[in-house]
Amino acid sequence: MITLNSALIVTAILFSLSLIGLVLNRHNLIVLLMCVELMLLAVNTNFIIFSHFLNDLAGQVFVFFILAVAAAEAAIGLAILILIFRKQKTINVSELNTLKG
Amino acid sequence: MFNFTLILPELFVLCMVCVVMLVDLFVEQRQQVLTYALTQLTLVGAAILTLCIYCIPTTANFSGLTVHDHLGSVLKLAIYITSFFVFLYSRNYFRQQNMGKGEPYLLGLCSILGMMVLVSAHNFLTLYLGLELMSLPIYALTALQRDKEQALEAAIKYFILGALASALLLYGLSMIYGASGSLDITQVANVIGANSTQHPLIFVFGLVFVVAGLAFKIGLVPFHMWLPDVYTGAPNAATLFLAVAPKVAVIGMTIRLLVECLPGLQVQWQELLIVISVLSMILGNFVAIVQTNIKRMLAYSTIAHGGYILLGFIAGTAAGYSAALFYTLAYAIMSLGAFGIITLLSKQGFDVETIEDLQGLNDRNPWLAFMMMLLLFSMAGLPPTIGFFAKLSLIEALVSTHFVWLACIAMLVAVIGVYYYLRVIKVMYFDKPLDNKPFSLAWDAKMAITINGLAILYFGIFPGALITLCQQLFWSGTMLN
Repeated sequence: MITLNSALIVTAILFSLSLIGLVLNRHNLIVLLMCVELMLLAVNTNFIIFSHFLNDLAGQVFVFFILAVAAAEAAIGLAILILIFRKQKTINVSELNTLKG
Repeated sequence: MFNFTLILPELFVLCMVCVVMLVDLFVEQRQQVLTYALTQLTLVGAAILTLCIYCIPTTANFSGLTVHDHLGSVLKLAIYITSFFVFLYSRNYFRQQNMGKGEPYLLGLCSILGMMVLVSAHNFLTLYLGLELMSLPIYALTALQRDKEQALEAAIKYFILGALASALLLYGLSMIYGASGSLDITQVANVIGANSTQHPLIFVFGLVFVVAGLAFKIGLVPFHMWLPDVYTGAPNAATLFLAVAPKVAVIGMTIRLLVECLPGLQVQWQELLIVISVLSMILGNFVAIVQTNIKRMLAYSTIAHGGYILLGFIAGTAAGYSAALFYTLAYAIMSLGAFGIITLLSKQGFDVETIEDLQGLNDRNPWLAFMMMLLLFSMAGLPPTIGFFAKLSLIEALVSTHFVWLACIAMLVAVIGVYYYLRVIKVMYFDKPLDNKPFSLAWDAKMAITINGLAILYFGIFPGALITLCQQLFWSGTMLN
């Protein structure tokens, strides 16, 4: 039987991995988008775990909404990414540095 | 339980979004006059509907998913009014800078719908949906100028960090859900209130993430790095939009989460907010001094103002919350005017970017320069403007709860802040203009900016009505629980 604690540790590791990915990644914008998605998935898993252990369906309903919003978010993110690629011919994060001060 | 009368404004805006979209697609229009008129009509209609249901007493609607209360209605009215002016100021800009045809209006209306859901949310689910519906159109609005490198960079930065903020907030909310077993704001507050001496650590863990998410969305140190870049890079009209109404909505969300949902953890969030607020006030005001780009300067001043607003939450009394709300409304009027003037001054192929672009504005258009001066005075907190009373009521609330040292810091950094606002006024009034052509405005923009500037003066001289309104919202009788 999986305990609540060990399940929460898994999601915490997932969440931190994606956070580290966001901070450390200097090369590819797509990886940034993947990190954001992974983060939301970690949150989803968290909600499902709690919903299971609390015997409460509201958490699982929330997950469906987060999934739908994450899809919309990914669509907007990829659209902006394509615009950037069209303009600059690169999606390297370290070359996005015109704004400073 | 299911009272559709109470969500009439939301339904109306939703229907009008569809109408505006279809009209924009199928009706041939010169310069999108019809789209613009319909958008403004939507805002007026929504305001009338909100006023009609204003007097209905506080009720939870749709099994507690949303709530109808005076706080929500007042915030909604503030959102309609400021957005009305935003569209008025940016109409020419949208047309001249090649920002699509009807898209800016549509995206703006969708975002406004999100804000309305957000400020009347009474459940974590509606709160999250409102937040995302507010944010997603703004990312698109920032990227609407497809051929400008800076705008695209600003858009992707805003998008990544905005998504990160929502994820942090959600992670915190999931922890609170797990610890309390409910998504409903009142029920969570009751669970926390029931065992007021001992909180499981998981509540505090969730709270830290919630506060981090909120700080990201308001743009506070140490989560502020997106704000100056986005304000600078975004097209002026997009900056104007995202600097005003979303700020009001996000502060509304902060009130819902911290004041209505987690008052039992006040000791814990107070400590977090003190650190964030002091850092924001100091960093915002000091870094603004060295900026040459006016949008970047105003962005750093936004960070500082965000720090001031938090002071009201730190005070933790009804007076403190109402002072924070009053400051938010005052700030909305001030940034509306300041970014509005920047947008109005931008012409085809020319964006007002640096402070030098305002050189000698007094010679070119004295009235506009005078209005800008009033707005900057108000941001600096000088009497007789609304900014003075906003700061005064905050400091009053702080002193009455024995945070005198915090009030002293706020005063000191405010004095430092006066320097960079006055520098802009000096540039406008005492430097020679780069081009001597007088600058004239369309009658509607001129009237709007006049109302905007005089509102600063009017509420600065007679602040009583607005202050009383803010105070009434936090009387115990009007809250749901």
